[in-house]
Amino acid sequence: MSTPDLFDIAQKEAEAQGAFVSSVLCCGSTACLTSGGQAARDAIDEVVASNGLERDVRVVSTGCMGLCSRGPLVKVRRRGEDEVLYADVDGDAAREIAERHVVGGEAVEHGQLSLDHPFFARQVRVVLEHLGEHDPNRIEDYILRGGYKALERAVLEMTPEAVVDEVLKSGLRGRGGGGYPAGNKWSLLAKAPGDDKSVIANGDEGDPGAYMDRTVMEDDPHRVLEGLALCAYATGAKQGFIYVRAEYPVAVRRLEQAIRQAKRNKVLGKSIFGTAFAFDVEIRIGAGAFVCGEETALMASIMGGRGTPVLRPPYPTERGLWGNPSLIQNVETLANVPTILNRGAEWFASIGTERSRGTKVFALAGKLENTGLIEVPMGITLREIVEDIGGGVAGGRPFKAAQTGGPSGGCIPAKHLDTSMDYESLQALGSIMGSGGLIVMDDEVKMPEVARFFMQFCMDESCGKCLPCRAGTHELHELLKKVCAGEGTLPDLDRLETLCEVVRDNSLCGLGQTAPNPVLSTLHYFREEYEALVAGAAVPQASAQPGVNAQDGSA
Amino acid sequence: MAKVTISIDGVEVKAEQGTTVMAAAASVGVKIPGLCQYDGLSTHGACRLCMVQLNGTPKPKPACATPITEGMEVHTTTPRLQEHRKVLLEMLFAEGQHVCAVCVASGACELQTLAADVGVDHVSFNPPATRQTLDLSHPYLGYDPTRCILCTRCVRACGEVEGAFTWGLAGRGREVHLITDLGTPWGESTTCTGCGKCISVCPTGAMFSRGTSVAERRPRRDLVPTLTARRDLEAARKEPS
Repeated sequence: MSTPDLFDIAQKEAEAQGAFVSSVLCCGSTACLTSGGQAARDAIDEVVASNGLERDVRVVSTGCMGLCSRGPLVKVRRRGEDEVLYADVDGDAAREIAERHVVGGEAVEHGQLSLDHPFFARQVRVVLEHLGEHDPNRIEDYILRGGYKALERAVLEMTPEAVVDEVLKSGLRGRGGGGYPAGNKWSLLAKAPGDDKSVIANGDEGDPGAYMDRTVMEDDPHRVLEGLALCAYATGAKQGFIYVRAEYPVAVRRLEQAIRQAKRNKVLGKSIFGTAFAFDVEIRIGAGAFVCGEETALMASIMGGRGTPVLRPPYPTERGLWGNPSLIQNVETLANVPTILNRGAEWFASIGTERSRGTKVFALAGKLENTGLIEVPMGITLREIVEDIGGGVAGGRPFKAAQTGGPSGGCIPAKHLDTSMDYESLQALGSIMGSGGLIVMDDEVKMPEVARFFMQFCMDESCGKCLPCRAGTHELHELLKKVCAGEGTLPDLDRLETLCEVVRDNSLCGLGQTAPNPVLSTLHYFREEYEALVAGAAVPQASAQPGVNAQDGSA
Repeated sequence: MAKVTISIDGVEVKAEQGTTVMAAAASVGVKIPGLCQYDGLSTHGACRLCMVQLNGTPKPKPACATPITEGMEVHTTTPRLQEHRKVLLEMLFAEGQHVCAVCVASGACELQTLAADVGVDHVSFNPPATRQTLDLSHPYLGYDPTRCILCTRCVRACGEVEGAFTWGLAGRGREVHLITDLGTPWGESTTCTGCGKCISVCPTGAMFSRGTSVAERRPRRDLVPTLTARRDLEAARKEPS
């Protein structure tokens, strides 16, 4: 068979899965595995085997089910019955569930989690639609759920221009943080001359506490491949790269496996779906530098050079990898594309707000009752995320701030809880959408300390190429350290603001330009905390003249 | 080639399309400060001292890497730019150990001149706690990392002009430093030709001929004719007669 018959593969898979009377879906994502998910899976396997039910019960390790704070999660689905989701399933609980529910047919009362829980009910899953449902290790399971259908239709029935048009119409914007319209980028590359164009999936996620891209790459690798292949078809690229950080070994393994499977099934490689469209994908592993998420640094790293940014323009679509036009798109952005083509641009554009279409995946972390991976329509308010999905601040403590966008973002105070989560609204508040890190802080958190933490991160991750970022983040960190230690003065705060401006306005790449954001936003919304810290300083405020530089040269 | 008219600090300037703001300014005698830019070497754009304001927008752009466009209004010395330059220069001084009184380059140091022009009279940042060691392993050339401002002119001259690729960078953030041959001492380098181009392009006293004393280092830029020659050659190639 020269062309893959997706229908045939899906049918066989459906028959194979339909032969089982019941299935047990164990969350096999990294978060659940670290909290003992493997023990749960082993216990279930053991019970199923000892009862000789291997042919009746299908036990699968699926992708992330979302509610990571209650992991390990296990879902039991019996033919003709409602599915039941269990939380906090350790080895013993898993054994009980397997014996009583899976074998005995009677659900275990404790540990159950309602699927109508707002954490699940308020989400709209586009990118994460298969997570927690399918086996990420099998291409057949992806195809069963409509996988590679979009690619098949595009390659066989659509012109590349039509694919670009569809993405343009959908209003999809870059999910890596910048929010640049994906369709515009695609048409730029499609129009760029040259035979050696490349498309790159940026999986160099590095914001503290964020794991959206990792989860998508680990738990739905074929979706990333399909998105990348669609992008290549639309833009005329022949080579694809997926840039994954070395800290994500599972993602690398799953992607490598997915590429092998896709090539074997002829949805990737020389003659895709029997047409002249050829596209190959290689994985490039980063060496652990945050700055390599910046597109020019990422390309330098792919080419084997030092991972440092270079001046733009020229933009990658004019001059990218080895001087050829290239396009870089975040993993999550690409993962949206198959669904856009399957369900239509209008459907996608109907989700979200006027200027921010679709959904956004957030890694909900911090002091909340429910934390984990969520996907919500853009335009949802921060309050809905914190109070409904997140279940409110843990322990009933007051909400203080939410930090979005990681070290490039800012802190949003309680008075802006009703802000809409879209690119423009967040920017207006001095924060950014970012790649999807969302950290909620309660009243015990000291904001200057938060600013210092993120500045230390930027200082450590600065590549050292341009002066404002290399030296500026260091000086800012020194100053913040001094303020946090209660040794600062009132003029130090003005100095802090000046330094922030210098670094923001003069740095070469996005890392330096956005590094002051956490400081500026906390200074703006929580200035009284900074002032309280310097009020007790050794230098009396009366003698400190505004505008005079802090004399720490001899300290 | 098409000429473009722009204004630099209110003065009308005509220059060829594709010229950088810095080159256009230089053609009418306006010197925009800059330490990493060097005629004849590729653009690095990392010292961020040549930042200028364009068309009244607050976000500054590097003059060394921004091509001029028709009707562009360039402001090179607004109070805000000057203030930022001052802070940036202070940071440069605080990064290394620039003691002019004992430096070979004093009197012919681009950092020193620029600091005086911008009016840096004190440094309000702390110096680094540790001091890097000198590389005096080469028989007649020396490198003092405490005077290095990481402009990478030497790296570019070594690779782009001499073709030796001896100099390179290692580390990141504040730990970035120059290395020769993947970290072997300069004197043991098997690629260094001893041409001295690195010495000739260094804006400070970080690179010097051994044996020069205080204020004796006078880089003879005319001794590196290849740089100018290359530029002329490129210009000739662009405009075939």
